[in-house]
Amino acid sequence: MSSLEVHPAESHKGLLSFLAGLPGVDQVGAEARAAALGTRSIKKESKIWAIDMAISMVDLTTLEGADTAGKVKAMSSKALHPDPADPSTPSVAAVCVYGDLVYAAREVVGDRIHVAAVATAFPSGRASLGVKLADTKEAVAAGADEIDMVIDRGAFLTGNFGKVFDEIVAVKQACGTAHLKVILETGELKTLDNVRKASWLAMKAGADFIKTSTGKVTPAATLPVTLVMLEAVRDYYQETNTRIGVKAAGGIKTSKDAIKYLVLVNETVGDAWLTPDLFRFGASTLLNDLLLQRQKMITGHYSGPDYVTID
Amino acid sequence: MSFQYAPAPESTAIVNIKSANGLFINGEFTPGHGTPFKTINPATEEVLAEIAQANQEDVDAAVRAARRAYDKTWSKMPGRDRGKYLFRIARLIQERAREFAVLETMDNGKPIRESRDVDVPIAAAHFFYHAGWADKLEFAGYGTNPQPLGVAAQIIPWNFPLLMLAWKIAPALATGNTVVLKPAETTPLTALLFAEICQQADLPPGVVNILTGDGDTGRMLVEHPDVNKIAFTGSTAVGQAIQRQIAGSSKRLTLELGGKAANIVFDDAPIDQAVEGIVNGIYFNQGHVCCAGSRLLLQESIAEKTIESLKRRLQTLRLGDPLDKNTDIGAINSREQLNRIIDLTKSGEDEGAQRWSPDCVIPEKGFWFAPTVFTNVTQAHRIAREEIFGPVLSVLTFRTPDEAIEKANNTPYGLSAGIWTEKGSRILAMANKVRAGVVWANTFNRFDPASPFGGYKESGFGREGGIQGLGAYLTSEESS
Amino acid sequence: MIGNDRVGVRKTHKLFIGGAFPRSESGRTYEVINTRGEFLANIAKASRKDARDAVISARTGFNSWSKASAYNRGQVLYRIAEVMEGRKEQFINDIQDAEGTSNKKATTQTDQAIDRVVWYAGWADKYSQVLGNTNPVSGPFFNFSVPEPTGVVAAVAPQDSSLLGLISVIAPIIVSGNSVIVIASMNSPIPAITLSECLATSDVIAGNINILTGDPAEIMPSLASHLDVNALDLTGITDPELHASLEIEAAGSVKRVRSSPINPQWQVTPTLSRVRAFTEIKTVWHPMGIL
Repeated sequence: MSSLEVHPAESHKGLLSFLAGLPGVDQVGAEARAAALGTRSIKKESKIWAIDMAISMVDLTTLEGADTAGKVKAMSSKALHPDPADPSTPSVAAVCVYGDLVYAAREVVGDRIHVAAVATAFPSGRASLGVKLADTKEAVAAGADEIDMVIDRGAFLTGNFGKVFDEIVAVKQACGTAHLKVILETGELKTLDNVRKASWLAMKAGADFIKTSTGKVTPAATLPVTLVMLEAVRDYYQETNTRIGVKAAGGIKTSKDAIKYLVLVNETVGDAWLTPDLFRFGASTLLNDLLLQRQKMITGHYSGPDYVTID
Repeated sequence: MSFQYAPAPESTAIVNIKSANGLFINGEFTPGHGTPFKTINPATEEVLAEIAQANQEDVDAAVRAARRAYDKTWSKMPGRDRGKYLFRIARLIQERAREFAVLETMDNGKPIRESRDVDVPIAAAHFFYHAGWADKLEFAGYGTNPQPLGVAAQIIPWNFPLLMLAWKIAPALATGNTVVLKPAETTPLTALLFAEICQQADLPPGVVNILTGDGDTGRMLVEHPDVNKIAFTGSTAVGQAIQRQIAGSSKRLTLELGGKAANIVFDDAPIDQAVEGIVNGIYFNQGHVCCAGSRLLLQESIAEKTIESLKRRLQTLRLGDPLDKNTDIGAINSREQLNRIIDLTKSGEDEGAQRWSPDCVIPEKGFWFAPTVFTNVTQAHRIAREEIFGPVLSVLTFRTPDEAIEKANNTPYGLSAGIWTEKGSRILAMANKVRAGVVWANTFNRFDPASPFGGYKESGFGREGGIQGLGAYLTSEESS
Repeated sequence: MIGNDRVGVRKTHKLFIGGAFPRSESGRTYEVINTRGEFLANIAKASRKDARDAVISARTGFNSWSKASAYNRGQVLYRIAEVMEGRKEQFINDIQDAEGTSNKKATTQTDQAIDRVVWYAGWADKYSQVLGNTNPVSGPFFNFSVPEPTGVVAAVAPQDSSLLGLISVIAPIIVSGNSVIVIASMNSPIPAITLSECLATSDVIAGNINILTGDPAEIMPSLASHLDVNALDLTGITDPELHASLEIEAAGSVKRVRSSPINPQWQVTPTLSRVRAFTEIKTVWHPMGIL
């Protein structure tokens, strides 16, 4: 039992009243704004720029029970050289794997790109704090320089924000120098008001990035949810002068989708966030669609699945 | 490193503008007898076409055609068949939607995204909605056998040319009236394309007549003795002139005039959506909207913060080529209108309000006005009182809900209002007390053919849309 | 000896403004005679200033009356009917004197007038269900339309039908929460004055209903141009030129103007057209979202 199991009432009073005082989100309005931003028409040189930017923001991900060292190494290789036929293609930002396969990723990528590990009893988060911290520490020891943790949604939905907060603080500590992404699992939080609250909670607790989803629950990332998270990040920056990153994960399959997210970032928080240091896509199949579109932009004709590698 | 959006122009190849255009009378295009005039693209000042000017002879011919069509064909046709013509028209608008949208943008100056996503679809929807009423009028609450009025003279403004045409023609035809419609002088082209649609739909000749022309044409139409009903959307001054002109006649009248709507934001508003609502409220369609939220009433406790958020949001507005799919703010419709906006904004500065605009690159040719915000405005300023009809927002503050209501209602206008708060009972109480015909709570600028639209007080009388809108075009035997 | 030789106490016929019975501030009166040419009474001749005072009372009355619940308005209307019923005999005499009709016809008219008030009393909490509705807009919005009272209405009662016509003009205006300034029939005003006495004892909010006697041609122009009057009912204006000039004045503040068909049949149960004419439709949108 950790010494962090303090009584929440007194120590988190400030946090609780802060969260209660956050402005509400009108769902219809937020969805309309996200949809309107999705009508931006990004063509020609802007599209090429956006595709390359999106590629450089991908956390290439495999999080399956059936993952093996072999699978991870193949994917890591692709992460470094997404298009063997075109070396001008940027590398992705990171590979994202389970903690026990971090070593395999590191063997292939060395120091060239990040290795992110999911931890804290991903994806459900249903385990004791001790187990979650051990999960984190082992991943870091194995060479992960980024940790993607999950928040305790059960605690959040019962209003036990103090517990959620304390866990993030503890995991951040266990990360050492690794940077921490906090997965809100917005598909389980359901309301945009909850998404805003959870975003602020995570940022105040020390997140370097806030992340939409584990990818194991539907809906995963959506434009309205990401919009609300970006607004929270923008407001947090206004208050603290600190930029927190946002990762949209799960359900983003096409270049068209990815570009919509970039527009969202551009017009909500501004282009300072248009860098892999502050925005990521958690994806697996997206990369191939980005590559196909990239090829089309360069050659002028549509490409096909034989012209991108499966991993 | 910044994300520039490359130009994404919509092609104009789809439109086919004739260099010289006639009037549409009795199902055919026919030369006008007045002195023709030009219509231009306000974004480039290039001439788009020559337009016929209807003189008295033409007005008489159009009204005659409408009367004949009414007497011989349209009033005898079962509602079910009238409805089918309207369904055809709705479908044709949808089929040629892209063409209508591009043409509207070229003639009016509004962004293609708006003409494509708002004007044209809602115009088609108006015809769909009213088509279904044509054979159900006995259920609409105007008696068991409501009758049309006869020939309707309809005069529409330049801000939503095709949409205003739909708002006028659809209910008139559905209820069994025939029409003579005069589009605005600066925006005749989509009305003329609509006339083509009437031909493609095989609408009986004379049911719809389109007379292009200026204010004089409108006056002649209003004064014509064989017109039974007048529907006017435009400025309060002209509406009043029409109301005076028809005094003593039995002509029926509906007016949809100006506004100076209050957009009221409380401290518990969903603030990001409220900012979107403020932006949409006054900058959509360059503020050329009678129901624009031109007076922002901010609760004093959140005023500073909200104005900051608003200014930050305005920096992402893109002003420029209306045909570019990424343009948010298009051209002002005419030099005249631009001068009016310039004059009124100057008065705002002279009276002591603080003026601000985001950085905008203004194109060399064409008529443009950067989105503008005035803060520290009070009720006594002209910019809080007079309709500017441009992308200019006046920001005032209030302390309590009562004060907000008082300020919101303290105007001769009463077309619309916006209310932003998360508190349900307050939404309903504010909606109840605000003296406006359209109340948008936690949203703004929503239009739908099923939703009646119209104002209180000097914003006009009568409603357009919904079951209530039918009443303007029907009569029933009243015993007293 | 008492009985037929008793000297009667004759009434001074005054205006009814703001729940009180003032004389005209102009001090003027005019003679009203019956159909046999005999003198009936000196009636207060309202001036423009009386009309102006009436507007002020009407606006104040509107501010309260428009806030009354529909149920409450129905109860007030019903009470008016109750009090009128108690004054039936007086109304019958008034009508006979004013219109020269038979006792039978005067009785019929009085019965119908009272029944008309009862009819409108029953509408107070129902007309908004008929005139209002929800609207099926496309999009996640709840949208409803409600009829609201337009405000202060200046009305000219019909010159004939001194009670039934009068009631049929007043009731539909006030049932929805408007207040009204009525100019009674110039030649047959006495039933209107008796009515004002009923109103004064019927829980009617002061200023809600104001009754002026006098010449409509003199009083109406100032009401038609008054910026704090929202609508006009020109039912009792028989001169087409005057009618037209009042419509022109009305345009000055875009007033709503209602007229009457040429030969109104007051005895026929009306439609809701008069109620509708003095309401404004307000349409409200709200997004529907739970997430």
